[in-house]
Amino acid sequence: MITGIFKAKKRKRPLTAQRVQTSGSWILVYSLMLLLVCFTALPLIYLVCTAFKPLSELYVFPPQFFVRNPTTKNFSDLLLSLSSSAVPYTRYLFNSVFIALITVVLTIIISSMAAYGFVKHSLPGNKMWFGLVVAALMVSPYVTQIPRYLIVNELKLINSYAALILPVLASAYYFFLVKQFMEQIPNELVEAARIDGSGEMHIFWRIIMPMLTPAWVTMMIFCFVGTWNDFFSPLIYLNDQAMKTLPLALNTISGGGASIGRAGAVSAATLLMTLPTIILFTLSQRKVMQMMVHSGIKG
Amino acid sequence: MSDMAIQVHRKRGLGQFIQKNWIGIAFQLPWIILFLTFVIVPVVVAFGLSLTDFNMFQPAKFVGLKNYELLIVEDNVFWTAMSNTLAYAVVVGPLGYFLSFFAAWVLNQLKMRNAFALAFYAPSITSSIALSTVWLYFFSSDRYGLINNSLINMGIIDEPILWTQNPNTILPVIIVISVWMSMGTGFLVFLAGLQNVDKSLYEAGAIDGIRSRFQELKYLTLPQMKPQLLFGAITAIIGAFGVFDVAVAVAGIPSPNYAGHTLVAHLYDYAFVRFQMGYASAVAVILFLITFVIGRIVMYALRD
Repeated sequence: MITGIFKAKKRKRPLTAQRVQTSGSWILVYSLMLLLVCFTALPLIYLVCTAFKPLSELYVFPPQFFVRNPTTKNFSDLLLSLSSSAVPYTRYLFNSVFIALITVVLTIIISSMAAYGFVKHSLPGNKMWFGLVVAALMVSPYVTQIPRYLIVNELKLINSYAALILPVLASAYYFFLVKQFMEQIPNELVEAARIDGSGEMHIFWRIIMPMLTPAWVTMMIFCFVGTWNDFFSPLIYLNDQAMKTLPLALNTISGGGASIGRAGAVSAATLLMTLPTIILFTLSQRKVMQMMVHSGIKG
Repeated sequence: MSDMAIQVHRKRGLGQFIQKNWIGIAFQLPWIILFLTFVIVPVVVAFGLSLTDFNMFQPAKFVGLKNYELLIVEDNVFWTAMSNTLAYAVVVGPLGYFLSFFAAWVLNQLKMRNAFALAFYAPSITSSIALSTVWLYFFSSDRYGLINNSLINMGIIDEPILWTQNPNTILPVIIVISVWMSMGTGFLVFLAGLQNVDKSLYEAGAIDGIRSRFQELKYLTLPQMKPQLLFGAITAIIGAFGVFDVAVAVAGIPSPNYAGHTLVAHLYDYAFVRFQMGYASAVAVILFLITFVIGRIVMYALRD
């Protein structure tokens, strides 16, 4: 990483070549960046190391940052020993994966459809409606939790997957993102397809959705991260142990002074909980960056 | 569409309106129904509920502003939660915001931009519950804790600090962890926005006598990025006032001496532990007003 920074310093910048670079301030900037990278990366490195530490290294004094004799025993412990308990770890894993998958797919479809209708088949009163959506961006999701809970309760959905999925599907945030991107798609394209005799469903799925790739990849990431990490909703909607998701399970097994025997399993569970979001983001980073260009709000 | 068009529709009746716009309506309908049911209606209901005494078992009883009176005059824990949340928001909100802008601005001028971006962004997409367990190793209250251990080795302290039990250190610990996780959406938005600033602007600026990168930032880049800055600010405000997960993972509910108690924790406690939905809704409305007003102010400040 250090070499990266110094290489970058030597890079030719055609626009700024004549500019006098006050080296003092730049050294300051680079050292600050390096400090920031340490600050962000160290806990993650520690997380990876700890997941592979044998029990003896987890409780060694003085505490060790890096792992000496890596082992995968923590992972097999997690899957085996916890599967003998009333609710196996794999059940929490299934719950989390299932809820995240359904939420992501439905959010993408519903938000894209709405944005398509909004932009390409606009109704009267569009502007006011959009004002409401932007206002909703400023509403903390916690404000709506109590009425949401009452509605979910009325619908008899407590302790069901639907309780976690339905309330989050229509978010102002995703609608806003897709709508911004949808506006970049020329109307002529839609009209040309219509003249060719394509039906609306065909236009949406075959023409619009492929062009929206950066938008739905971005939604996929944000929505997956949000659902996968969500702690509050499962906490209030689920009390059946078998329905619980990974964050709740992890909070239970790690909280309250985890027993020494479980410390290895906890560190493995922590890593497994963290990896999917980081891997997904790494794979789709380029598309996400394409999308975020269009995320600005005109105040 | 213009007002005239709306009036024409009204005259012809709803049936014709639907007939004419059915494609637009059909595409938007699922989202609109869910959005109204789970966002707009709940906001309105929260206001209504906050004026009632409601425990879910008996019908709601209208009590006027009594919940607010109780909250503001009698509930000391509410004020603890409020001051914790404000202290947290004032530090984490702006610090996270400026750090992510600074990081994005510097990164935008480096090679290996994407690798760096991943390093900065990764913490914000990790589960706060999961990563809190890592941070709790760091802040462990005995000699095994990495931070205590290093501080003792350096001779700064003699006795381990009880980071997560001592009311004086709970909030700072929560803040450190949250700043670590705070380079979220804002960072990506800023990085994308910076890449999109018109390059010819900088050439023109150089001719007009802009000398340093910092001048360039102030006069050229920032004014161009207002929409992105606004989007980042709004997500930062919502995040800063919604602090809950990390507080729970670090200090539990209730935390020692309520030192890690936040507005959302207070809301959670009254709504989903004590089932005093009316009282908890008053907390929700106060949370709404705070974020909404600050959001509006920021929106005004960053308008085009």
